[in-house]
Order: sequence, then C-alpha cells, then structure tokens
Amino acid sequence: MNHISAIIRRELQSYFATPIAYVFIVIFLVMSGVFAFYFGSLYERGQADLLPFFNYHPWLYLFLVPAVAMRIWSEERNRGNIELLMTLPVKKLAWVIGKFLAAWLFVGLALLLTFPIVISINYLGNPDNGVILASYLGSFLLAGAFLAIGSCLSAATKNQVIAFILTVVICFIFLLSGFPMVLAFFKLFLPQFMVDVIASTSFLSHYASITKGVLDLGDVSYFALTICIWLYATALVVEMKKGD
Amino acid sequence: MIECAHLSKDFGEVKAVDDLSFTAHKGQVLGFLGPNGAGKSTTMKMITGFIPPTTGDIKVCDIDLAEDPVAVKNKIGYLPEGAPSYHEMKVGPFLQFIARMRNIPSAQQQSAVDSVVARLNLNHVYYQKIDTLSKGFKRRVGLAQAIIHDPEVLILDEPTDGLDPNQKHQVRELITTMSKNKTIILSTHILEEVHAVCDRAIIISQGAIVADNTPTEMESMSRYHHAVSFVADLDTALLNKIKDLDCVRDVTYNARLKETTVFPTQGLFIFDEVSGLLKNQGVQVISLKMEAGRLDEVFRNITQPEQKREVQR
Repeated sequence: MNHISAIIRRELQSYFATPIAYVFIVIFLVMSGVFAFYFGSLYERGQADLLPFFNYHPWLYLFLVPAVAMRIWSEERNRGNIELLMTLPVKKLAWVIGKFLAAWLFVGLALLLTFPIVISINYLGNPDNGVILASYLGSFLLAGAFLAIGSCLSAATKNQVIAFILTVVICFIFLLSGFPMVLAFFKLFLPQFMVDVIASTSFLSHYASITKGVLDLGDVSYFALTICIWLYATALVVEMKKGD
Repeated sequence: MIECAHLSKDFGEVKAVDDLSFTAHKGQVLGFLGPNGAGKSTTMKMITGFIPPTTGDIKVCDIDLAEDPVAVKNKIGYLPEGAPSYHEMKVGPFLQFIARMRNIPSAQQQSAVDSVVARLNLNHVYYQKIDTLSKGFKRRVGLAQAIIHDPEVLILDEPTDGLDPNQKHQVRELITTMSKNKTIILSTHILEEVHAVCDRAIIISQGAIVADNTPTEMESMSRYHHAVSFVADLDTALLNKIKDLDCVRDVTYNARLKETTVFPTQGLFIFDEVSGLLKNQGVQVISLKMEAGRLDEVFRNITQPEQKREVQR
C-alpha cells in the first residue's frame, strides 16, 4: 500500500513536471466544450441536461486517453528504467496498479475541471443532478477502461507511437461493437443472442445506459472487470517483455 | 554472500550465459571482466532478479532468489548499465522516492538520503533535474540510489563508465571503503580498475568463466610477467647481444617510444642481468623497470579465439 501511494505520487509529479499534463487538460477542456456546444447543440436544445456533453466523451477519450496511456510502460522500457523498477523490493502488481491509478486520477482531475458546465446548466435550468453525477462516474469508468487497455499495450512495445495507435484501434473496436450500424450489420447473418453478446462487450452501450441515469450494478462491474482483466494482462506483459 | 550454481540463460538460439558457477563472499570485491556481449550484464541481471535464469540457482545471503525474490531484492543494491533514472525528477526527490520504495522507515528516509548525498558529493545538484546533469553526475545519482539502503550485496554494472579520472578515483575509494562488510560485484572494461579495487577477477567469455584469479595471479599469466622494459637509444648489435643472453627468450623494440622489452625464459628474474649488461656497455638509459605483467594482454589472450591469439600460453 505504501509502495502504491509512493508510485502514484511520483507518477503524478512527473505528469506535472512535463508539459503533458497541461497540454492534456487544456485540450480536453476546450474539446469537450466545443463538442458539447457546437456539435451537441447543448444550448439550442433547450433541455436542462448534459447529455450532449457526455455523449462525446467516448470519442474524445478515443484519442486523448491513449496519449496518456502510451507512455506508462513503454517510456520506462525505452529508457531502461524498467531494470531499476523491477529490481526494487516491490511487487510487480504494485507498479501496475500504481501507474494505472496515477493515470486514472490524472484523467479524473481533467474531468473534474469541467465543473463549470454543471454550474452553467444549473444556472440555466433545473437539471437532474443525480443523472449528471452518474454520468460523471460512467465517464470516469470509461476512461479507466481505456487506460487499462492502453497500459497493457504500452507494456508490449518500447515505441510510444505504436502503443498509441494500437490502443486507439483496440479501444475503437470496443466502442464500435455497440454501435447500432455495426449491430445491424451483424444482425444480417448472426442469431439475436450472438448480436447481444457482441453488444454486451461494447463500452458504448454500457456507457450509454449509465449516462441515462441508470446506475446498474452490471454496467459498473462490467467496467471494473474490464479494468482488472487488462491490468492483470499488463502485469503478464511486463513480466514477459521486461528483459527485451 | 552470493552463490550462483550452473547458471544458464538462453535468448532464443543464443546462449548468453552458459553453466556459470561461482561464489562471492562477504568482504570481497569481485570484478567481472569480459568483452562486450560476453554475458556479464546478463549474469548481473539474473542475480538481481530482473530476468530469470533459464536453468540454475541463485542464492543471495542464503535466500533462494526463485523462492523469495522480494527478500533478495531487499538485500541488493544495484546500479544497472547506463545508470537509468527518472530524468524529469530532481536529484533529491528521486532519492527520496527510492528510499521509500526500498522500505526504509519514514523517519530515517531523509537521513539516508542526506548520507548518500554527502558520500557522493551531490549537494550542489540536490535541486537540479537529473536530465540537466552531466554523465558523471548521473552515474553518481545511480550509485547513490544503489547504496541508499546500505545493502549487504552491491552489484554495479560499469560503475565508473563515463567518469573523469577524479570521479573514477572517488568512486573506487567509495567501493573500497564499503567493501569491508559487503559483497560487491562490479563489471568493467577498464583493466587498471581491477587492480585498484578488486580482490578477485573473473573473466567471462561467451557466457562461460575462462579465468578466476586474483589480479596479481592474473598478471603472472602474462608474457610480460617479470619482463624488463627500458627506454634507451640502442643499435642492432646491442639488441642482438641482449637476445643472446641465456636467460632471455625474446626481445621486442618499439621504435616510436624507443622502448625495448626483454622477455625472460619462463620464470626467471633477468633484471640484474639486463641492467648489468646495459651498465657494462655504457648505455644511457632513460628509464628501466620490471613489469608485473599486463592484464590487457592476458585479457586478450584468453578471450580471443585460439587462432587469433598473439602468443600461446
């Protein structure tokens, strides 16, 4: 526990010691605003909710989260730091969890900084703040799932660009599998229950049901399970690849 | 104490380390010598638990590495090749982080950091980012993190690489001071270093131990052992006269340095004979010395394939 908190602190310090943190936060805030107001017509709809804001998060995360995740392990391997880390008397899982949690907290902080939009919508009307809170949680969980995937792929390669591209692709596949168009395509030749299986692996459908305000245990545990599985895979990949 | 028994490591088809066995005791400074790619770093990576051996057992302070890797890592201080560290961190916070990860109780962390900072003269760069430091300072930060928890076993992969002569001297002194109550293994390319700090040298070539001696014993394996070198203007007649001495096996003359080296017949002392002859002939000698042996020559001899050897032992 002591180790994990030390790792989280060091990682967060290193985000803010480099321009990564500031670039990420600024881009995230600007883009989420642009998407919500211009493409989502948040204002023109005349409804007191943040659905247009949250609807674009998966697409925003698709490119921004892999950019955070790509450096988690590949940078350590590239610089040779991994040799230092893995010879300290610390369990491997502590590194995997600590590094992941630091990245997740960091994205969480960026998400938290979107609070002015909540204040605005409360000023303009009477939104259901419970739904908004649930949506924030859903968005945070989605970011965590993307990060866990990114952390695993980052451990697999020394090259951050490759880590980034692979993460975008895998995350895209997980998003897409719930897209109505894609599901309609599968419906043409697959039985309904298979289509349901594909739809159930989708980040998008789980995320959508959370942002509707239905905080179902199934959706939350789906994300939790996804994160755990990918983190476990990260530990395996680190072990496999560290000596290369 | 470090015990390695029948260590082997394969990387695919390549055998990086091949049935390596040795024991290093407390108070010993063991030098790993060998050409690049001989398996020195791979052996160190296995002892520190970074990569597992394909076969073989490693015990550090009587703890089996395979059984309790974390306990073994606790006992070891390790400077990896190239002294990696977090470049974006400042020296002080980096060492504090390592102290924490090394399970030093929080009350003693700062004093542990202060102590290594003082021992490695890092005071001036305490608040400096590591990537702005010179190569020598980076190496010292790497050494500082390796000894911060006062480990029983110290493994240093090329600790003086990239240091200037003053810093090299300083690091060697540090190693010598620490060696009394620790087991130290270091790898190096610099042969003079073996003499300066090591009690024992192991030469590794193609993953196997080809020599395991004290540096002095190793020197006596050299062709230059007890050879006499002198610098003087010589003519061929005199050279031949020296060559004709009974106790002389061979003579070489370096025209650029005007240095003559006289090799004795196996095991003989020829210093008196040679100096006597020079005196008799009235030769003006600029310098005259007896050689202990040249490690670099021994090194080349035993690490090069048979046909390439300059001389046969």
